[in-house]
Amino acid sequence: MDRIPILRMGEFLLVTIQVDMHDQLALTLQDDLSEHISRYGSKGVLIDISALDIVDSFIGRMIGTISGLSKIMDAETVLVGMQPAVAITLVELGLTLPGVSTALNVERGMRLLRERVLAQ
Amino acid sequence: MTALTQRTIDVIRKNEGSLLANWTANLDATGVSRDARVSLTEIEAQTREFMRLLASNARAGDTSISGNDWSETRTFLERLSRSRALQGLDSQSTASFIFSLKRPLFDLLQAEYASEPADLAPQVWAVSELLDALGMHTIRTFQKSREEVIARQQEELLELSTPVVKLWDGVLALPMIGTLDSQRTQVVMESLLQRIVETGAEIAIIDITGVPTVDTLVAQHLLKTVTAIRLMGADAIISGVRPQIAQTIVHLGIDLQGIVTKANLAGALELALKRTGFAVSKAN
Repeated sequence: MDRIPILRMGEFLLVTIQVDMHDQLALTLQDDLSEHISRYGSKGVLIDISALDIVDSFIGRMIGTISGLSKIMDAETVLVGMQPAVAITLVELGLTLPGVSTALNVERGMRLLRERVLAQ
Repeated sequence: MTALTQRTIDVIRKNEGSLLANWTANLDATGVSRDARVSLTEIEAQTREFMRLLASNARAGDTSISGNDWSETRTFLERLSRSRALQGLDSQSTASFIFSLKRPLFDLLQAEYASEPADLAPQVWAVSELLDALGMHTIRTFQKSREEVIARQQEELLELSTPVVKLWDGVLALPMIGTLDSQRTQVVMESLLQRIVETGAEIAIIDITGVPTVDTLVAQHLLKTVTAIRLMGADAIISGVRPQIAQTIVHLGIDLQGIVTKANLAGALELALKRTGFAVSKAN
């Protein structure tokens, strides 16, 4: 079964979504990520969705869930590289993702994560 | 269904010259050719072309213009009415171009069939039907061209009214002018988000000084735009909130929590510079 790789970079986890998400893939990612956070005690999660063209309400909610669960496990989540079309779709769906930090690209996302973790 | 007889067509072909002269005189009398936007030579060329087409395309027993025989005439009329629509002439002057041919034609038929009144009536009717059909075709095309012009202008207006300007490195501004409806918000949102991706701007300022009124719908559109900008990873500042608009927003109970608003663009730019780490100071 295919799954989305989770890369470990020091105290951060890096997730790059490069394929179109389907529901099972999203659920697996959610499980894997929580598993990784607890195993490595990660302090931050960076999710890059710049290659994602299509989102539906399920994926949108999944992103919110991941952010929520990592916060509970003491890890900050930053979502980077959202495409304009995706942003518009999410807003039209009413998924404003409150509490999820966002950044334009991976570089800024990493900077934001470091700032957040340092501030703690 | 009355039909043109060969005799009628022959008489039209034979008298092309005098018909043309009478038609031009008639056009002159109705004032169509006196419009400064259409030159006399242009009208002359058009009437001559139409007479030629009419004489060569008319077939005995056929008054329907949808057939293949008339395709050349139809294209000619379409071109004519389109050019008139673009010149801004009204539908009346376009229609009377065709309809003023009626009188010369009727006169001609009357002279030809003077001794056979029983034949005259159906022929007049047939010619009238033919010209009506051609006239209606002209009007239809005229209207269609006008609608095309309007649609194009609307599109241009939509594009024109939503420029995204760069104020500073990493700071974009979007001066909104005019009422915000769903369609415009969509265009604005798309162009702004696209520019954010292209430039990597961190802060987008939406200036609503030019928005005359803010109701719940407009506020909702603004909120959507701001949320989309945030989702992309940039920050949005709304500036240009006039006193009346601020009052309306509060009266309507619109929740703008979590959105940074400034009274004017200068304030927004100041904040944007501060956030991006710039400082403006006076040079001595």
